[in-house]
Amino acid sequence: MVERQIAWKAQNENAVIGKRHLRIDGVEKATGDAKYSSDINTKGTLFARLVTCPHGHAKIVNLDVEAVKKIKGVKAVHLFKDVGAECRWDGELIAAVAAERPEQADDGVRALKAALKFEVLEHFVDEEDLKSGEAIGRGKDLGTNTKGDVVAAQKAAKAVSTGYYGIHTISHCCLETHGSHCEWTADDAVNVHLSTQNVSGTGGQFAGPLGLDAANVSLTCNYIGGGFGSKFAADEWGLACAKLAKEAGRPVRLMLDRATELKIGGNRPSGFAKVTVCADAEGNITGWESHHWGTSGINGSTIRLNQMPYVFAFDNYKRSATGLSTNCGPQRAWRAPNHPQLCAVSQTAIDDIAAKLGMDSYDVFMKNLAKTPRGDVYAKQMEVGAKLIDWKKKAHLHGKGQKKGGVVSGLGMALHTWGGRAHAGTCTVKIHPDGTVESFSGSQDIGTGTRTVIACTLAETFGLPETAVKVNLGSNKYPRSGPSGGSTTVGGVSGPNRRAGLELLWKIFDLVAAKHNVKADSLTAAGQKILSDGKAVCTWKEAAGLIGPMPIEAQGQGPKSDGLTDQGVAGIQMAEVSVDTETGQVRMNKFIAVQDCGLIICKTQAESQVYGALIMGIAYALTEERIMDNKTGRFINADMENYKLPRIGDIGELVVEMYEPESEYTRGVIGLGEPPVIACGAAISNAVANAIGVRVPVLPMTPKRVLDALNGGAV
Amino acid sequence: MPDQSQTTNRGSGYNRRDFLKGSGAAVAATAIAAQATDEVQAQGKGKPNVVSSGATKVKLTVNGKDHVLMLEPRAVLLDVLRNDLNLTGCKDVDDRTASGADTVMIDGKPVLASSRLAIQCVGQTIQTVESLSDGKNVDEVITGFVKHDAMQCGFCTPGFVMATRAVLNKNPKASLEEIQKQLGGNICRCGTYHGITKCALEIAKKGGA
Repeated sequence: MVERQIAWKAQNENAVIGKRHLRIDGVEKATGDAKYSSDINTKGTLFARLVTCPHGHAKIVNLDVEAVKKIKGVKAVHLFKDVGAECRWDGELIAAVAAERPEQADDGVRALKAALKFEVLEHFVDEEDLKSGEAIGRGKDLGTNTKGDVVAAQKAAKAVSTGYYGIHTISHCCLETHGSHCEWTADDAVNVHLSTQNVSGTGGQFAGPLGLDAANVSLTCNYIGGGFGSKFAADEWGLACAKLAKEAGRPVRLMLDRATELKIGGNRPSGFAKVTVCADAEGNITGWESHHWGTSGINGSTIRLNQMPYVFAFDNYKRSATGLSTNCGPQRAWRAPNHPQLCAVSQTAIDDIAAKLGMDSYDVFMKNLAKTPRGDVYAKQMEVGAKLIDWKKKAHLHGKGQKKGGVVSGLGMALHTWGGRAHAGTCTVKIHPDGTVESFSGSQDIGTGTRTVIACTLAETFGLPETAVKVNLGSNKYPRSGPSGGSTTVGGVSGPNRRAGLELLWKIFDLVAAKHNVKADSLTAAGQKILSDGKAVCTWKEAAGLIGPMPIEAQGQGPKSDGLTDQGVAGIQMAEVSVDTETGQVRMNKFIAVQDCGLIICKTQAESQVYGALIMGIAYALTEERIMDNKTGRFINADMENYKLPRIGDIGELVVEMYEPESEYTRGVIGLGEPPVIACGAAISNAVANAIGVRVPVLPMTPKRVLDALNGGAV
Repeated sequence: MPDQSQTTNRGSGYNRRDFLKGSGAAVAATAIAAQATDEVQAQGKGKPNVVSSGATKVKLTVNGKDHVLMLEPRAVLLDVLRNDLNLTGCKDVDDRTASGADTVMIDGKPVLASSRLAIQCVGQTIQTVESLSDGKNVDEVITGFVKHDAMQCGFCTPGFVMATRAVLNKNPKASLEEIQKQLGGNICRCGTYHGITKCALEIAKKGGA
């Protein structure tokens, strides 16, 4: 008998995996039937509104809760901070008011604000201003490290390029704001609907602070309206929701309002860098010197020092960093933490040294791939990308493109890497005697298409259509799964489901073999049938009927080193832009992504991840930024009108090429969510520099910044 | 993009001036509820539209059904649809009418539900995304969104579905430019514009749905 081995099928044997599929919960999402935490409306639900600090830094000197409690409709008030407490950034939570109707909660908020008085304190919010920050003691030395001799490398170099590069803080800006609906079912038990990327991990975060047994917190998140790394915790406002519900004896829904979401719902730290890069006459980069700074908020960190320069490990370098402590809202892991900013402040410098050498940026990137961990893959991906964008035909040196009516176009590229190892997770797979299949896991779908991925995995395993699998997610009562962050989910759910599925399939094969007198190792499952050496023996339904009156189930676990999952991907992006040199407007013409992620489960959804990442990348490259007002210390564009995200007509033509030769397929599943959002900023910045012949140093490249750059860097 | 100019009231029987007058009068009124009932009864009978600031009986016609609710005049249509009628396909993304996730149709035209008071919609026909499916059959726009995977987290999707339905109602053969312009009031954070555009264009190219 052939030894049974956990593995994926060969690439050409798949009927479901790697193909295009409809998202199995697509209709629920599009019709509005899908219920998000902010949609939960159990009988008697109260609505909460928030009072937040309107200063960059202040102390509360007066506050009157009793006046609020007298307002009609107000049922409970929760104080995050009381008189004497310090607020260290705009948007810090002070109080939550729960009332019968949202407008009555607004009345409560108004009453609370009427009596709320602050002593305004000194603040610092200018994250780009290293000098001022250091002068007032807000700078923290994050270290220096060196390799080789960068000074000697600069002396020996054919060209040396020094530049300033930066990328501003952006907010998570989830469309469903952070928050929950809490309902007590007994004095010591609560049902929580939390908008979370961490279904299995957040119940305990409610239990401890509320003094409950963790088993008495039932946490649900069937759908989450956006989570890019900022929704892993119960959060103080989640606990406040539960406390308000307890105090009022009624269910409460507390979602952050839009401004508060932008201010405290998490952000991606900024990074600004002075870089000197040098190269020999052939374009080999020989040395790197950089100092960078930025802010993560009051803690005073910035982007990671030991990943600078991004992806490339040059022989000689000296790098250092300073973190600035600012009165800005706190950071939270944002899609590929550190990587997009590092890429934006370092691969732009690589493009500039290419310009200085009078070389095509493509050639300089290609020349230096040996200094990356996956040079051979990048090289192939660059060739694919160059064909798709017609690089050779369209390329020109920086600033040498033909201007038509003040508009000039340019090409730029950048590349990235990411881990994407499967997270630790379990699942239960159940086969009923009638042949129906179910999977249970405490996972979630943040847009990845988790349900479809699980359905495809089990459908391939049992030879069924993916619509035949019922997938249950979103409850902390299901088998523990990992949080969806860091591109870990597809590997984290497909591995355990494949393992459990195969275990069950082999049981069924044994039953079929005994019943039909065939060898178990001759059996395969395909087309809703069980086949022996390719010949149908019985239907799937008949086979399942052999298990007796009770369902059979198996628990799957992961990750394991059995080859189902792996880590480490490459990806390259190429942008073509048009810049209006009179208005400073940048338009996306074409944006190419060539991306690997090992074995692809559902091609449609994999591509959707990349399309989405490109659009997010266009956002932070061209329009999206948190704007802090130095005078008041406030986040002044914390709304959807002024926090500028691209609209449907702003994205140009997007081309996504999934790079999946057999050599990638056989590596197994690797996460995809983070990598394609990384290279966008640098690729688009390089395209703009190629078009106009000067670097727009800081992202996003708003029309003003483009015009400033064209005017010689005047601010 | 839903026409912002439509957010000024037409044809509902109430306007901002009436509301302000009414709320002033209500300060002195002792029998607010009774007064409110009288005022609702007065609708359409040529009497002045004066409303109190207290809860008032309001009749809304949503997805072909009449609902009589006790609402304060300041109650926003979005909150009423979501919280009172449990029509949660209409999403609450911001209170500044800048995201399009709350797109509904009022008398056949796309309107942002957060831009209207519920009382402004008395006598009008309100359609939410829930009207595009009956549990078994779904509108072709929804089928198209699923076909082109025009969603990720799905939170903005119902708003985009309604906005797309509105574009195609207005011009079943809408061009790419028209589609981009009229869907330009809706925001997706996950980045699903590629699929949405493909879906809308495919339907428009075959002459609508």
